[in-house]
Amino acid sequence: MKVQLIKLAHARSGDKGDTANVGLIALKPEYYPILVEQVTADRVKEHFNGICHGKVERFELPNLGALNFLLHESLGGGGTLSLKTDAQGKTYSSALLRMEIDIKDAVL
Amino acid sequence: MKTIRIANGQGFWGDSLEAPIQQVERGPIDYLALDYLAEITMSIMQKQRARDPKSGYARDFVAMIERTLPTLVERNIKVVANAGGVNPQACRDAVIEVAKKQGFAGKIKIGIVAGDDIMGRIDDFLSRDIQLKNMETGEPLSGIRDRIQSANVYFGAAPIADALDKGAQIIITGRCTDTGLTLGPIIHEFKWPRNNWDLLAAGTIAGHIIECGAQCTGGNCQVDWETIPDMWDIGYPIVEPNPDGTFVVTKHEGTGGRISVASVKEQLVYEMGDPHEYITPDCVADFTTIHLEQEAENRVRVFGIKGRPATEFYKVSISYTSGFKAVGTLVYSWPDAYKKAQAADKILRQRLEALGLKFDEILTEFVGVNATHGPLAGEPSPDIAEVQFRIGVRSNNKAAVERFTKEIAPLVLNGPPTVTGFAGGRPKVEEIVAYWPALIPKSAVEPAVEVTVAE
Repeated sequence: MKVQLIKLAHARSGDKGDTANVGLIALKPEYYPILVEQVTADRVKEHFNGICHGKVERFELPNLGALNFLLHESLGGGGTLSLKTDAQGKTYSSALLRMEIDIKDAVL
Repeated sequence: MKTIRIANGQGFWGDSLEAPIQQVERGPIDYLALDYLAEITMSIMQKQRARDPKSGYARDFVAMIERTLPTLVERNIKVVANAGGVNPQACRDAVIEVAKKQGFAGKIKIGIVAGDDIMGRIDDFLSRDIQLKNMETGEPLSGIRDRIQSANVYFGAAPIADALDKGAQIIITGRCTDTGLTLGPIIHEFKWPRNNWDLLAAGTIAGHIIECGAQCTGGNCQVDWETIPDMWDIGYPIVEPNPDGTFVVTKHEGTGGRISVASVKEQLVYEMGDPHEYITPDCVADFTTIHLEQEAENRVRVFGIKGRPATEFYKVSISYTSGFKAVGTLVYSWPDAYKKAQAADKILRQRLEALGLKFDEILTEFVGVNATHGPLAGEPSPDIAEVQFRIGVRSNNKAAVERFTKEIAPLVLNGPPTVTGFAGGRPKVEEIVAYWPALIPKSAVEPAVEVTVAE
């Protein structure tokens, strides 16, 4: 079945220059392998189409049940140069939680 | 086992004025760590100091000392703050004045950490082949040399620990890392060797968890956010480090908020880069070694942290002017609120073009529709009650940006109907101060630590 990431994870995002970071954290330990398998850098890049103009990097933190994504060229120049309402990418956390992934029915 | 309590009472420039008071008055603490500097603050403070040599620091800090000094003295609470901005000496003098007024002359030792301000030394560095290239883009500094507004080195925990070793009770620094404000006191208290990388990494991560104030105690927390108790009275964080590098994150009894594994995890991933290497002047911390455990209500234990040797460089933050920008808004109401806002955008852009105005960027957002999540938000309901039209421009040509600010309000009478929200007047033109991150060899700069008694 298809499920939105918000059912499986929480997140927080921030900025460094024109790069946004989104930390995606499994709500339960058993969800972490699903995130690792499904929420790839490529899928995140595709999800943020029109927002992220650079590459997406992914890092794994199994100790925290978390993935960290770096979304390059995503903040309209970043910092004070940006004209965006969300120049710091603070709401990209919940933007990622909109993503739909495929899971087995028994998981939830 | 000896333990201490280090409280954060200010997570960023502009944070709650009441937070440091809460940390001092609502329970036991040994240290109060306060962050008063944002990147933009240093350039503002340089301008202030150019006008008045006795300014250029965070005045909020002096007001905070005025309110808390008797308690700080009575309970021997030590304060570490980067409130010195570009003028730690003047900030110290202002604190000494407060101490004298309140009858504490001769009773308080104040330390300053200076030497971070390299504004006057840039040409000297360049002549010695210290290039200060942009560490993200690799560009040479020459492209912005004549537009530099401030230049500061980020020092770490070491000079703060030195000032504490010399007996300072209040320590005022210029630019330093947020994590250093917490790690400095721990190094001092536990006499940690300055090359025990695991311990230094643990203290650095303790600092990272509390450096954004209430963002680890339930603020901005997505998990069960509606049930987080008494957010109006949210407790700011306190870390209880142990000599072995483990520590507990907690807050004062009776304050609001919630400290959970989830709230701490969210703060750990905030502004994270490569988690294997969180680089500070003090060490390289590995976030993939952090372990968390809910020890009791509002108490999270942190353990297992590993670190690696510090690098040979300090980070430098250089600010420079980079053109002008302005942002204007109008609000359109039902019916057809979104269509009207889109029409207004088209009309305004046609007018700007007819005027021959050129910009480096024009950005339109529709607040209520797509300002935060862009195309991910999808199409709004055709019945949407209201939409804010928000348009910004950026250019090196100040006159063009100024002309833009005069084209918003006319739309109220000469554009699509049922529009309001122009009462604030014309948008302001803002000079952009941008940032240039660079590295400098540690051998090129030396922190200057001074400790004096308030006589």
